Amino acid sequence: MDASLKSLPPPGPPGILRWMKENLFSTWYNTMLTIVSAAIAVFGMYAIIKWVTVGADWRPIVEFPLLLMIGQYPREEIWRIALSLSLVSIMFGLSWAVWGELIQSFAVSLGAILAVVALLPFRIEALTIGYRIYLLVNLLILYLGFIIGRLDRIKSRHVVIGWFVIAILIPLVLLPGFANNEFIPKVPTTQWGGLLVTFLLAIGGIVLSFPIGVLLALGRQSTLPVVKGFSTVFIETIRGVPLVTILFMFSLILAVFMPAESRIDRLLRALMGITVFSAAYTAENVRGGLQAVDPGQIEAAKAVGMGNFLITLFIVLPQALRAVIPAIVGQFIALFKDTTLVIILGINELLGIGRAVINSDPEFIRLQIEVYLFIAIIFWIFSYSMSSASRRLEEALGVGER
Amino acid sequence: MSSDPSTTTASGVTERIPIWRDERALRIAAQVVSAVLIIGALIWIGVNFRDSADSRGMSLTFEFLNLPAEFPISDPILPYDPSKSFGYAFGVGLIKTLIVAVSGIIFATILGTLIGIARLSDNWLLSKLALIYIEFHRNIPLLVLLFLWYFPVFTSLPKVEEAIIWPGPIYLTQRGIYLTWPRLTEVGDLWLILTIVGIVLSITTFFILRRIRERTGRETYFGLISIVILLFFPVIGWLITPGSPLQLDVPYLSGFNFEGGLRLTPEFAALLIGLTMYTAAFIAEVVRAGIQAVHRGQMEAARAVGLKPFQVLGLVIIPQALRVIIPPLISQYLNLTKNSSLAFFIGYQEVFSVGKIAINQAGRAIPVFAMVMASYLAMSLLTSLILNIYNRRIQFVEK
Repeated sequence: MDASLKSLPPPGPPGILRWMKENLFSTWYNTMLTIVSAAIAVFGMYAIIKWVTVGADWRPIVEFPLLLMIGQYPREEIWRIALSLSLVSIMFGLSWAVWGELIQSFAVSLGAILAVVALLPFRIEALTIGYRIYLLVNLLILYLGFIIGRLDRIKSRHVVIGWFVIAILIPLVLLPGFANNEFIPKVPTTQWGGLLVTFLLAIGGIVLSFPIGVLLALGRQSTLPVVKGFSTVFIETIRGVPLVTILFMFSLILAVFMPAESRIDRLLRALMGITVFSAAYTAENVRGGLQAVDPGQIEAAKAVGMGNFLITLFIVLPQALRAVIPAIVGQFIALFKDTTLVIILGINELLGIGRAVINSDPEFIRLQIEVYLFIAIIFWIFSYSMSSASRRLEEALGVGER
Repeated sequence: MSSDPSTTTASGVTERIPIWRDERALRIAAQVVSAVLIIGALIWIGVNFRDSADSRGMSLTFEFLNLPAEFPISDPILPYDPSKSFGYAFGVGLIKTLIVAVSGIIFATILGTLIGIARLSDNWLLSKLALIYIEFHRNIPLLVLLFLWYFPVFTSLPKVEEAIIWPGPIYLTQRGIYLTWPRLTEVGDLWLILTIVGIVLSITTFFILRRIRERTGRETYFGLISIVILLFFPVIGWLITPGSPLQLDVPYLSGFNFEGGLRLTPEFAALLIGLTMYTAAFIAEVVRAGIQAVHRGQMEAARAVGLKPFQVLGLVIIPQALRVIIPPLISQYLNLTKNSSLAFFIGYQEVFSVGKIAINQAGRAIPVFAMVMASYLAMSLLTSLILNIYNRRIQFVEK
């Protein structure tokens, strides 16, 4: 035993050949798998690179970038969207400085997107020098926010208030405007479109569905039979049917159950449908977290004389929500992707506008793959950065570590 | 604890708790308030509904189920024409949903398991390819994937005369995919019956002999014997049948279209492939997490007692992994079934599309909509019921 130990050679330097031997060619079937996978990878890459550089025709994207981003929003009012983007940028800069790493990935991605679009190395008619300069200025604004946020005087609560203000200001004041107002005239939501609407629906859905979902989860845990029964039936019914049926209900059937004189904006109806749908799923995720809270925590809180309301707010919910962050972020990514279904209401969000662009020119019919791939890439970038931010958040909070 | 809502203070004087701090009074008040709110909302909705139903001439009856549907359904599977009743049309839609859901579940499970195992492979390249597949599909909306499959791929296939031919032969055309498909001949009934008998007998033998093996430890060769039975009956059936019981139905070009074979419409093909590949990415993650949840020591211990690699997998890893895999797998199956409603956007007419036509057509909005919702709810509840029973069984056996 001893002798054989001594006769073992020292481990060799971890070279590339050794790594390949261990990870790619350790056994005969592993070698075969490697050869087959390599063939697929090489062939796939070759086909993609060749298609992107030679085969693909990106005219539908290059000719209508603004349409894809903001839809039919009047071009003379575009400064309102630009201002909104700048406000969001400065808030991201501030949050990055105040909350650090968690927001950093979002802020950096936003900056990277601004920079890449501003500095695209080829000429695009619609992307004038003015737009490029605006995007670069916006990059500076993002950084300015970061610098301001570093000041000692800026506290976390200021940033929260700032987010609240722009969350109300942008979708309710700046973008829709007011009738008979010369400075910001009314822009009906039927003219909104593209990525703008995708974002508004996704963010609106997330912000509204989260509190409703938490309330439903608490309702389902409640000891009051009426509340519990209502929450359970609501959650299970919504979760049992597809989102298109919910959206369809809000588009057509809702009118039947409302007073005759009420007319709800189409975009708002879509938002309501998405919110209701997402709230049911959020509720189930939160319920998982509520069940995971140690009963000893509640007993201890009761023992020090806290009331039920305070216990729920300060003891149960913080622990429950922390435990289910990954699930909730996953649900938000699903919601972001699900916004595509609102085209059933005739709302032209990114995918709907893409379809409209294709149908606008008979020549574009054979360029569908370019348009849909472009849309797929946009969704991919945002979903992927959300899921990687969630992984970072999990690590930072130590979820899953016990 | 005393049930009397009063407390005795230190001085010995009994002091009544004010009613606004008495927990029982508060509970009753909360019950009443919540009941009033919910019932009030329901009444409000009901009154509104009565008013608008009056003004729009809507009804809540289901009499229209027997009236002619008066709309066509493409590729109806069952014999169908617009003069059939609406109830029948709805049934056709339901069957088309079930077909795409069941086949999607089968294929997605197979593909997802393979990709999940590939993700865990020691082979670096294979594992990374699986990762790329998973991350690609998980971060793109299903509807975009369906559009990518349907418009640029399946509707852009060549015309019938210029069909792409794959070995089989399989013909890929604009009008659909034509597969060579085995069909039973007129004399094939006996063979079919014997084959079914063989499958049933083989499965029963497998379980009985395995049970004996587990109880007594005696070698019963349960795998070998059941395979022999499985092969024996169809072979006998084939031999005693005069002529061949099965016949390959090869599609052939007749005029401007293919005839014979099995035809998959472009809509069905795009939907099935899109749903399968999308769901497979999620199932792959479920499978990966399930296998990783089995403690490493389990595998090492199984190896140490001398089990062969595939016994380690079949007897130790998989039974334990299944316990973790089944619950999230159930929800993936339900998602797939519900996602099949996206068929509407690419023109595969399943239950939601049929319902939507009927709603727009005749103002029977409420009953038809209720039927669509009820169908999905029933499918969801049924799937989760079956899988929950199975789940309980394997959980029980393992403990």
